[in-house]
Amino acid sequence: MAALAALFFVAPLVGLVWRAPWSSLGRELASREVRDALSLSLLTSTVATAASAVFGIPLAWVLSRSEFPGRRLLRALTILPMVLPPVVGGVALLLAFGRNGLLGQWLDRAFGITVPFTTAAVVIAETFVAMPFFVLTVEAGFRSVDQRLEEAASTLGAVRWTVFRRVTLPLVRPSLAAGAVVCWARALGEFGATITFAGNFPGRTQTTPLKVYLLLESRPEAAIVLSLVLLAASLAVLLGLRDRWLGAV
Amino acid sequence: MAGSGVSAPAAGLDASVEVTVGALHLDVSLEVPPNEIVALLGPNGAGKTTLLRVLAGLEPLGRGRVLLDGDVLEDAGRVRLPPERRPIGMVFQEHLLFPHLSALDNVAFGLRSRGVSRAAARDRAADWLARMGLSDRCAARPHQLSGGQAQRVALARALAVEPRLLLLDEPLAALDASSRVEIRRQLAATLESFTGVQLLVTHEPLEAMALADRLIVLEEGRVVQAGSPAELGARPRSRYVADLVGVNLFRGRGVGNQVALPEGECLVVAEAAPGDVFAMVHPRAVSLHRQVPEGTPRNVWTGDVESLDVEGDRVRVRVRGRIPIVSEVTAAAVSDLDLGVGRRVWVSVKASSVSVYPA
Repeated sequence: MAALAALFFVAPLVGLVWRAPWSSLGRELASREVRDALSLSLLTSTVATAASAVFGIPLAWVLSRSEFPGRRLLRALTILPMVLPPVVGGVALLLAFGRNGLLGQWLDRAFGITVPFTTAAVVIAETFVAMPFFVLTVEAGFRSVDQRLEEAASTLGAVRWTVFRRVTLPLVRPSLAAGAVVCWARALGEFGATITFAGNFPGRTQTTPLKVYLLLESRPEAAIVLSLVLLAASLAVLLGLRDRWLGAV
Repeated sequence: MAGSGVSAPAAGLDASVEVTVGALHLDVSLEVPPNEIVALLGPNGAGKTTLLRVLAGLEPLGRGRVLLDGDVLEDAGRVRLPPERRPIGMVFQEHLLFPHLSALDNVAFGLRSRGVSRAAARDRAADWLARMGLSDRCAARPHQLSGGQAQRVALARALAVEPRLLLLDEPLAALDASSRVEIRRQLAATLESFTGVQLLVTHEPLEAMALADRLIVLEEGRVVQAGSPAELGARPRSRYVADLVGVNLFRGRGVGNQVALPEGECLVVAEAAPGDVFAMVHPRAVSLHRQVPEGTPRNVWTGDVESLDVEGDRVRVRVRGRIPIVSEVTAAAVSDLDLGVGRRVWVSVKASSVSVYPA
């Protein structure tokens, strides 16, 4: 059974590599539409990761260090996007940021900003789906920090912000890195929420996964090439996290 | 400022601390002048560490107040300086060096936090490490340091900010026995040159006696006894202190020339001691015999040897009997008497060897 399970995981990957048009690989990668999709994906997933860090670090801190009514609820809400079908997330984002949506209405009226179907919408969709991975990893990191070290820092005259900046953050650096990598990988592969909330406009909102899906109809070779690129990125992430996930068992 | 008031503020630490943490209710008043090293002794859970944490500001005060050189550090319900604003230095039991910083940056941390420039802080930190004999370990990370080195770095880190109150929480507990003696000697020398108030928590009587001028014994959140090591040894006032200094202690009621013990037994003593009293017997004054001893009025009873502990050339023999007691005899006596666990012996204590003082 174990062998069957292993085969089940390996076979599709072998198929992907087997069918790859190795001879035309370079040409496919150089094609404009492929490059557009790749660079858009790279940009949006990186910005989404940065946004996840900016908002996720304070959230992870609050979840790990404070005790208040509703903390469990907040934690559940944070995890929800991990189990929510991405397409539902997309619909929800559309309802929130759409021109008639809760926030969208106000953004439209006050600033004349329309979010859906823009590159910004891609970033929002990716952040929505990927940030939980960052928050959970970093929250665990904050919990594992020996709080007596923070106390020691305060007896040495460090105010809370200094303690956080010079003791806590450096100690959770491995968690920050791991969280960012997982978050980035999830954002890179985002499909459902993106296509629902941001649409499918080449060069603007058409990220690599969307492109793969479309190319499969018209030019399967190009779809395979892009898939290989995403696979390579996943492998790189796995390699980067090997000490954390593969090493210690 | 000083001297301008009606009465000059007392230098040193003046604290009355009342706080409840979990099952522990701590209620302690302390006055420690500068230059004096006070050791807080007591069994685990007595509240020693809690007291240090309260003084450091890591634990809020329930009632009372903490003054240092006349400055209010905390006045329950009114003033409360956070730890970072107190002129303190603290050495923790497990050193708690910052694992991501070098020894030098650990020592410089407090100075940097108090606004000293990076370069100046590092200069002064290097001086401190040199003073500790660790010039060659500046760049080492904590995990590369031996226990003794880490302890000295922790001490340097606490002293570098020039605190007026130095709090040491079992500073030698994390060290192995071989390095402890040497580190203790160094620690004693360093503390000697420190001019502020020094409080040392320990449950090692030897450590306390080697380092401190005065001992304060805490049990269940209260001070049960305070004084110099000699004073504590002469008149222990609790079972814990008696064990600490290694003597037999009984509590009972003085009736004529006897002290009645709660178990219905009694000890004959030299002088009448009315009321609640302690009766202390040094183990060396407890004689053991194979046969009924002869001679002057004595306390005599039989018992069974429970255990034998060799301490240098002396052996401490615990005897179970009417009155459980510890006797200290020479190694030669052990073989003469053929002492072994379970052996029946006669115990005798001269009336003049029992010292009695009011409870």
